[in-house]
Amino acid sequence: MNQTTDAALAAAEAQNSEFLVFSLGDEEYAIDILKVQEIRGYENVTRIANTPDFIKGVTNLRGVIVPIVDLRIKFHLDKVEYAGQTVVIVVNVEDRIVGIVVDGVSDVMTLSPDQIKPAPEFGVTLSSDFLSGLGSLDDRMLVIVDIDKLLTSDEMALVEKVAE
Amino acid sequence: MDITDFYDTFFEEAEELLADMERHLLELDVDAPDAEQLNAIFRAAHSIKGGAGTFGFDVLQKTTHLFENLLDHARNGELTLRRDMVDTFLETKDMLNDQLDAYRNGEEPDQEAFERICQTLQRLALEEIGKGLEAAGGEAPTEPEAPAAEPKAPAAETEAPEPVAEADAGEAGGSGRRVVSLLGVGEKDRGLLVEELGQLGEVIEHHGDETRYEVVMESTVSDGDIEAVMCFIIDADQLEIRAEGEGSTVEASKPAAAKAEEATDPAGAKEAETATSAQADAGSAPQDKTDKPAAEPPKATEKPKPSGKPKPKAKSGGESSSIRVSVDKVDQIINLVGELIITQSMLDQTVSELEGPANGNLVNGMSLLQRNARDLQEAVMSIRMIPMDFVFSRFPRVVRETAGKLGKEIELVTEGAATELDKSLTERIIDPLTHLVRNSLDHGIEPPEAREAAGKPRTGKLTLSAKHQGGNIIIEVIDDGAGLNRDKLLAKARESGLNVSDTMSDDEVWQLIFAPGFSTAKEVTDVSGRGVGMDVVKRNIQGMGGHVLIMSTPGEGTTIRIVLPLTLAILDGMSIKVGSEMFILPLSAVLESLQPSREDLYAMAGDDVVLKVRDEYLPVVAVHEALDVSDARTELTETIAVIVQGEGRRYALLVDDLVGQQQVVVKNLETNYRKVPGVSAATILGDGSVALILDITGLHRLSREKKAARPARRAAPSLETVNDNELETSS
Repeated sequence: MNQTTDAALAAAEAQNSEFLVFSLGDEEYAIDILKVQEIRGYENVTRIANTPDFIKGVTNLRGVIVPIVDLRIKFHLDKVEYAGQTVVIVVNVEDRIVGIVVDGVSDVMTLSPDQIKPAPEFGVTLSSDFLSGLGSLDDRMLVIVDIDKLLTSDEMALVEKVAE
Repeated sequence: MDITDFYDTFFEEAEELLADMERHLLELDVDAPDAEQLNAIFRAAHSIKGGAGTFGFDVLQKTTHLFENLLDHARNGELTLRRDMVDTFLETKDMLNDQLDAYRNGEEPDQEAFERICQTLQRLALEEIGKGLEAAGGEAPTEPEAPAAEPKAPAAETEAPEPVAEADAGEAGGSGRRVVSLLGVGEKDRGLLVEELGQLGEVIEHHGDETRYEVVMESTVSDGDIEAVMCFIIDADQLEIRAEGEGSTVEASKPAAAKAEEATDPAGAKEAETATSAQADAGSAPQDKTDKPAAEPPKATEKPKPSGKPKPKAKSGGESSSIRVSVDKVDQIINLVGELIITQSMLDQTVSELEGPANGNLVNGMSLLQRNARDLQEAVMSIRMIPMDFVFSRFPRVVRETAGKLGKEIELVTEGAATELDKSLTERIIDPLTHLVRNSLDHGIEPPEAREAAGKPRTGKLTLSAKHQGGNIIIEVIDDGAGLNRDKLLAKARESGLNVSDTMSDDEVWQLIFAPGFSTAKEVTDVSGRGVGMDVVKRNIQGMGGHVLIMSTPGEGTTIRIVLPLTLAILDGMSIKVGSEMFILPLSAVLESLQPSREDLYAMAGDDVVLKVRDEYLPVVAVHEALDVSDARTELTETIAVIVQGEGRRYALLVDDLVGQQQVVVKNLETNYRKVPGVSAATILGDGSVALILDITGLHRLSREKKAARPARRAAPSLETVNDNELETSS
């Protein structure tokens, strides 16, 4: 092993990662593209009673029952509507498949480590624990979400905890 | 390729062999042992020993070796079996199981236990064989411990995971010095093979090149066995075995003459056997030896490979028609077929909307497809089904031991062992069933004296039965004991602070025994009486989608009936509509449906409503309330009441419409999501949408919780927190 510091090592690993950029209202978010399985339209979601409101229900993804989470509701966005642009990003998180509803998917971007700034401490809605950082690209700002941590967190109530 | 790749096969097979062995041991009539059974037990031990030797599981090999010797004497009639001996054998079998488990987990088996069991076996061997020989008189003295005084010594040191194949090979082989030629084997494999041969005997020299590599070895092992081992690594046609000095290849099916020779010289070379014991040996088991070779060659020629060698995997008789497949693969097929059925019904729906003569062929084709798809589904589902025998076969042991401990005389009868049940359910039913059986033995069946006093035969009868009924399997544990005592149960329930009354129906009283912490046993015994268990039994069975019923007649006995669905993968469902949402109710839970009339509905304290159905008041569960359906009918008399049964209780579920009955493929919600209250699983409907399968008791609980939450809210609305909004939406 040579003398590389941990930070540099991590940076080298994260070098030029690709992100899928999606929009929630006017905000732009990004997630690691390797987590994304597919993108599909929002349709045929069966509601599940007695669950938090951001869990829209479950849908049939080629025979697999997949829960659908609306991040717009989770992040308390003002306008939540289901229109033609509304899509579901199907992600793979810790051997689980989860669909997340977003207002639209814009593009795939490659960010180099120096374009990713550490996330500042946030408020309650989106804890900075669930962020990998903020990406800056020209005058745009991308909120890079650590989708693994977010979807398996207690507050998402998606995963049954062993203690229960 | 590494020999460790075959560990799993060995473990599985050894496990089966042990199960087999146990069955035979239990069936064994100590006074007049059946020779075939003794042989079967011996063969099982022998095969395990062979495998253990090859894979280097020393402890296992040594234990089985001692065990095998003892068994050998038993089957040769040199050892008179006693009941306690059979017990020791059973103990040894358990021990072997433990050792196997240890190896499977990559650990070394418990050394202390190993030494203990070895001593026991050796002592038995010393005592009994000595006695046996005296009794037999005049027979040549045999080494007491007699490690090699076994007719099958040739095969003993080899391995071949399959018991029958190996036993065959043992007879079909030769012994002494021979040349094993490896044709076209690479250098790496050669090393491995020579090493393997080293385990089978003594390698004297090895030389040659890739085209022909000769290994001269001294071995007591038969050709067939060498071949069987080698064939793990190379093909049969890459192998040539001949005795030294002999020119031609010796095939596994040697002439009977060679066999006779073998019989008189059971290859004691390795174990440095004395001539006397060898003679004794030949004398003691001539029958076995001379009979079999004659039967061998035809068997060998049946085998698919032209060389006629016994393949390690080949089985004899009916067994040869089965293959081993991992459950994952089967499940995958079942899933795929489930998808096919869904796609098929989607197509069906589309086709049914088409009209006109031009579509005639399409419609015909669809109905054919439907039939084929259903057949396919049925066939695939049957792969997962295994006979109840798998479960029942372990009970003779349980009954024997428990009865022994309790000093009771019990006869076990099993019925319907061929009834098939889903494999996952079979595995999960074992524990609850064991508990119920123990319970029946302990509490149900009286001691012999008490039975005689009551005018019943001394020996109690415990019946285990299994049968199909509709889409369910019914498993019963029936005893002819004293039956449940209503007064005692009620008294005990009061004592433990349960809410009971004298007017409770018998059914309800019997169900009390499933209450947590409930036991009427006067004292806690080793077998039962701790009051834990019965509630667990009930929970386990409910977890499998089944329920337990008890029928009992004082003085005549108790029947505990377990009703289970045949499979967890497919469910007969009734689709219902509440508002615009579709749900599925398990058809097995639905008793009837009716339109409630105003005069049959009674309000009770607070929001509770009961429905009177034929003199019975059933709690009403409004599905739309429990599941927050907004667009459902709220006028009670406009809804349909579906009378359902869950955990032995009845409820009236209020729904908007009954849609129809259909088979649905059960999909787990927990795979990607989590458990949802009131919902047991999900399924995919013909139109591709997801419908939730309702859990009746969960639904009732949910509706009660909601009702409980509501008044509190009315009283203190200001205390409401944001977190409650999920419960709020309904009102």
